[in-house]
Amino acid sequence: MDKKENGKKLSRSQFFLKTGMAATSITIVGGSIFALDFLSPNVLLEPSAIFKAGLLEDFAPGSVTFDAKNRVYIVRNKKGYMYALSAVCTHLGCLTRWKEEEGIISCPCHGSRFSVTGEVLRGPAPKPLPRLSIAMDNKNEIVVDKSTIVDENQILKV
Amino acid sequence: MANLINKIKNSGPYKSMFRGGSTSSNLGKSLAIFNSFFLHVLPVKVHRDSVKFTATFYLGILSFALFIILVVTGILLNFYYHPSVPQAYYDMKDLTFVVSSGRFLRNLHRWAAHAMVLVVFLHMLRVFYAGAYKPPKQFNWVIGVLLFIITLFLSYTGYLLPWDQLAYWAVSVGTNMAKAMPVLGNKIRFLLLGGHEVGENALIRFYVLHIFILPLAMAVLIGIHFWRVRKDGGITPLKFKKKKQQH
Repeated sequence: MDKKENGKKLSRSQFFLKTGMAATSITIVGGSIFALDFLSPNVLLEPSAIFKAGLLEDFAPGSVTFDAKNRVYIVRNKKGYMYALSAVCTHLGCLTRWKEEEGIISCPCHGSRFSVTGEVLRGPAPKPLPRLSIAMDNKNEIVVDKSTIVDENQILKV
Repeated sequence: MANLINKIKNSGPYKSMFRGGSTSSNLGKSLAIFNSFFLHVLPVKVHRDSVKFTATFYLGILSFALFIILVVTGILLNFYYHPSVPQAYYDMKDLTFVVSSGRFLRNLHRWAAHAMVLVVFLHMLRVFYAGAYKPPKQFNWVIGVLLFIITLFLSYTGYLLPWDQLAYWAVSVGTNMAKAMPVLGNKIRFLLLGGHEVGENALIRFYVLHIFILPLAMAVLIGIHFWRVRKDGGITPLKFKKKKQQH
């Protein structure tokens, strides 16, 4: 509190107080940045978003194949095309199931129902199941890219 | 700036968080210590001689600071560590080569651990030479000895966690030493390892001891240790006799 006569010089206790405050602030801010950087993993061993779903002949016309590991439905209809549908409910992320006998996709958590094209039949899901990028490679293998959501018009003609 | 600080200090939330305020009066200064959770363990007044560097070489607070560093770095390292075979070894490698600042934190944890063993030992020597183990402080000396033993156990249990060759064989050798103890030796080794050799069970046991049981015991005993220093009448400073002047 008490400054020297000329009013500019810090007193000894003021100097130590300010130095201490500055050091504490630097430690807290620097430590937080350091910890956040440390806590963000640089390498993840999560499965790739692009995966091979199987050979074309594994999917019969008019079938819905559930790939539980990749959380995707591969649909091959009788109109001569295929598409991939995310199996993760758009409500709160539960894994949905294809009900063959009813011909619908249903979510066990909160009762959402989707059609085989992914449209919401019953809530609480707010959005249809997204269509995922699907392609066939030169060995007749179906390749799905979960990281790319596509339009309903983008289908795989077979 | 000063206005802002005053405004904050006079605000309702601040006053609800910090009991009372400090004033320049002797009573106010004492109350500032009494009323703070963090400061109340400290004495309100200390003798001028006991704050001199040569009175203690600050070895006690240095030990405590190293313990804090070890807790903080240990918690951070724990985020990337799975105590299982062989994942523990891969995690240690990842921490060294992949994770941002991981190598720095591992080194900090390691060197602080080495330094803590050394500094705690020097602190014990200092206390011994000052005669601070004598009544009425004899019980605090006992707590100090326990703290030293816990420091060594923490150091030893941490040794196994990287799950490398050094860790494996050091713990094989160490637990065989425990076996040399009469009557109880075999049982102690069996309980420590959770089996007859150093394996999965030993790793998880050492991990639980290292990150939970021993640090908790350490924190509690440190609290009692500090509190007893105050209750037993403050620290006993080292006194150096001046050489007699020769004429």
